[in-house]
Amino acid sequence: MIKHSLLVLVTGLLLGMVMPGQADDSLLPEIPAAQARFSETQGCVEPTADMRRNHMKYILHQRDETMHRGIRTKQYSLVECINCHVSDTPDAARVSSEEHFCSSCHSYAAVNIDCFQCHADRPVKTSATQAMPAVAESGSASIPVLAIEETTHE
Amino acid sequence: MSEQSNFDQYRRRFLSGSAATVAGMAVAPGVLLHEIGHARPASQAVTDEVRWGMLIDSNKCAEGCDDCVKACNEEHGLTGHGRPATDSQWIRKVTLKDKQTGHTQTLPLLCQHCEAPPCVDVCPTGASFKRADGIVLVDKHICIGCRYCMMACPYKARSFIHETLTDQKPYSPRGKGTVESCTFCVHRVDDGETPACVEACTAENHNAMVFGDLNDPSSKISQQLKQYNSRQIRADLQLNTGVRYRGI
Amino acid sequence: MKQVDFREIDGGKPFYMLVGFIGLFVLAALGAAYYMEHNGHYVTGMTNQVVWGTPHVFAVFLIVAASGALNVASISSVFGKTAYKPLARLSGLLAITLLVGGLAVLVLDLGRPDRLIVAMTYYNFKSIFAWNIMLYTGFMAVVAVYLWMMMERKMNSFTKPAGLTAFVWRLILTTGTGSIFGFLVAREAYNTALLAPMFIIMSFAFGLAIFILVLMGMYRWSNRPLGDAILYRLKNLLGVFVASVLYFVVVYHLTNLYITENHGVERFILLDGGIYTKLFWIVQIGLGGLLPLALLYLPATGKSRGWIGISSLLVIIGGLAQIYVLLIGGQAYPLEMFPGKEVSSSFFDGVVASYTPSLPEFVLGIGGVAIALAATIVGTRVLRFLPVSLADSQVDPHHKAEETAA
Repeated sequence: MIKHSLLVLVTGLLLGMVMPGQADDSLLPEIPAAQARFSETQGCVEPTADMRRNHMKYILHQRDETMHRGIRTKQYSLVECINCHVSDTPDAARVSSEEHFCSSCHSYAAVNIDCFQCHADRPVKTSATQAMPAVAESGSASIPVLAIEETTHE
Repeated sequence: MSEQSNFDQYRRRFLSGSAATVAGMAVAPGVLLHEIGHARPASQAVTDEVRWGMLIDSNKCAEGCDDCVKACNEEHGLTGHGRPATDSQWIRKVTLKDKQTGHTQTLPLLCQHCEAPPCVDVCPTGASFKRADGIVLVDKHICIGCRYCMMACPYKARSFIHETLTDQKPYSPRGKGTVESCTFCVHRVDDGETPACVEACTAENHNAMVFGDLNDPSSKISQQLKQYNSRQIRADLQLNTGVRYRGI
Repeated sequence: MKQVDFREIDGGKPFYMLVGFIGLFVLAALGAAYYMEHNGHYVTGMTNQVVWGTPHVFAVFLIVAASGALNVASISSVFGKTAYKPLARLSGLLAITLLVGGLAVLVLDLGRPDRLIVAMTYYNFKSIFAWNIMLYTGFMAVVAVYLWMMMERKMNSFTKPAGLTAFVWRLILTTGTGSIFGFLVAREAYNTALLAPMFIIMSFAFGLAIFILVLMGMYRWSNRPLGDAILYRLKNLLGVFVASVLYFVVVYHLTNLYITENHGVERFILLDGGIYTKLFWIVQIGLGGLLPLALLYLPATGKSRGWIGISSLLVIIGGLAQIYVLLIGGQAYPLEMFPGKEVSSSFFDGVVASYTPSLPEFVLGIGGVAIALAATIVGTRVLRFLPVSLADSQVDPHHKAEETAA
């Protein structure tokens, strides 16, 4: 009896170890590339490792600043995040699909995001004042570099 | 190391220079106002030095005209779902007919942005709040959708979002299960512009709506308020509304 | 004073069947809540004009009744009437379960029920709603402690202070509930200080009516004796409370009728409000007020268990109608923004708003009642809330003396 179940257990473990080994890469999220860079050296408004861990902190702080104090700096603005990370073509991914920038990682991490119940998940050009991210005239870089003033964080 | 800091300095100068140029180029076509507000820099918090207000002249308001309503709906993406009882309306045209004399008139009714807003008093989480410059807003991040503010508003200015929404305007986030109302187009005001309704009324040369700083005696609205008689709706409640009316 | 014996009700198949049956209503309510939350409130009858509907009628009723259900315990602990002492535990249990039922309905109807944690961590202390959140949760804790003092022999000496705390707390709580409406200047039907004490007296009536029904039901179900002595005291008390509610209603409307600017809303409620007028006169005043008064005090019906039960049920139905008229009728009547003018707009200004209760709302409301009932029944099964016997010999200390004397 015990020998039999032990055999089943070991077989199962071995099979389990072998199978995903072949499809290892597809387990990690495929995060779509952004439309611009923050600077030559830095992709996003903060170093990538910092953003991965702390983007929520920046977003939460900024939302209170904007909502209650009318501060509309662009560095941590959610609208600017979307403008940069999501394309504005009509067939761009919605947040409900895993190909959306935010969903690609959030569905992998199984963390629910509430933002897009209210916020637009794609950039929308509504008027000249709400244009796509102002990009700098850069001669050397192949990807456009954003023109956002760095705000000092407290 | 010093190379890196030099590079950073260079980058910053380069970026801010480009930002100024491109931002100017981007903003210029969008500027078409008659009265530019105090263009407060984006990183500066609002203060109570300014108090935003609106003066609406009912005499100049034509029956059947709803340019202000259409502009508001367009600006904020209020598309409606064919359900008038539950669709959001941030501004609406109201027709009044005197029961005794038969005199009729119309006026737009919107959130009055009171100085002592009942909606702010009753909100259990503080989501309904008054900004330092007098604009009354709903912080939809902490709104739990209890609708008590809707019960409390003496002007029925608030709407509840009764369905799932998509394709919201980026500068006017709105979602199911929260309460909303006229924001005085706060995103435009913060950029130094006027609300969409006022802009539309002025652009069509009706000139029934004036927006500006009530604390500034030299602003157009303050001068008009001083010169002409105006009233608040439900003035007896002493809420000191930011929106005043002529001709009622 | 005779020692009162408390024992849990029996379990077994009938118990599970009963709880299971009530549980079905709870499940249905959860389904209705999910349906409303997932699709958005457009699937309900609630609109931008009538923002609080049937779920809120049930929720307010249950919350008001919850504070009133504690009355019986308060009479024994605070006012020293020993005849009510055996009932105190059930009274406390019912207070908690009714409140839980009402709060469940309220929370499940929120536009963003997922933000309940936000509601419990962000407070605007000027809002009576925020105070109520703390009063409601605090009430459950206070009554739980009160029950503990009653049920733990070592702590019995603390019953009186605990009972006093609970009594004062529930008065503040019900004042808060009435003030939800009383503090609103916007609507003609609200905006009066009278609503706070009116809610207190309503709580006395509704809470006691529910208590009587639950008491009679539980004792019939568990085959325990329920004597006339205690029942007649309770039903006489119910009559007093029903009369008091009628008094407050009369004062409320009489005052409004004197004030010219309130004539519009009075005409609406009392005369031409359609369903609201019918509910007011026929159900609230007639079925919920005058008829139970007659049934409870007339000699022909006042001593009959059946009629006492029916009277309690009528009081409950009348109470629901009263809250419906206040809550929904008060919202249906248009805001008086332009006195002397006929008002019309695309946003239903100047017209009486129409409201039809929808099925999901009703199912959610009933679910709240079901939660309260199920919790009560499970509570009496698990802990010793019910006295073994409430026969006259047990309850009335003078009863036996009379018998031996006679």
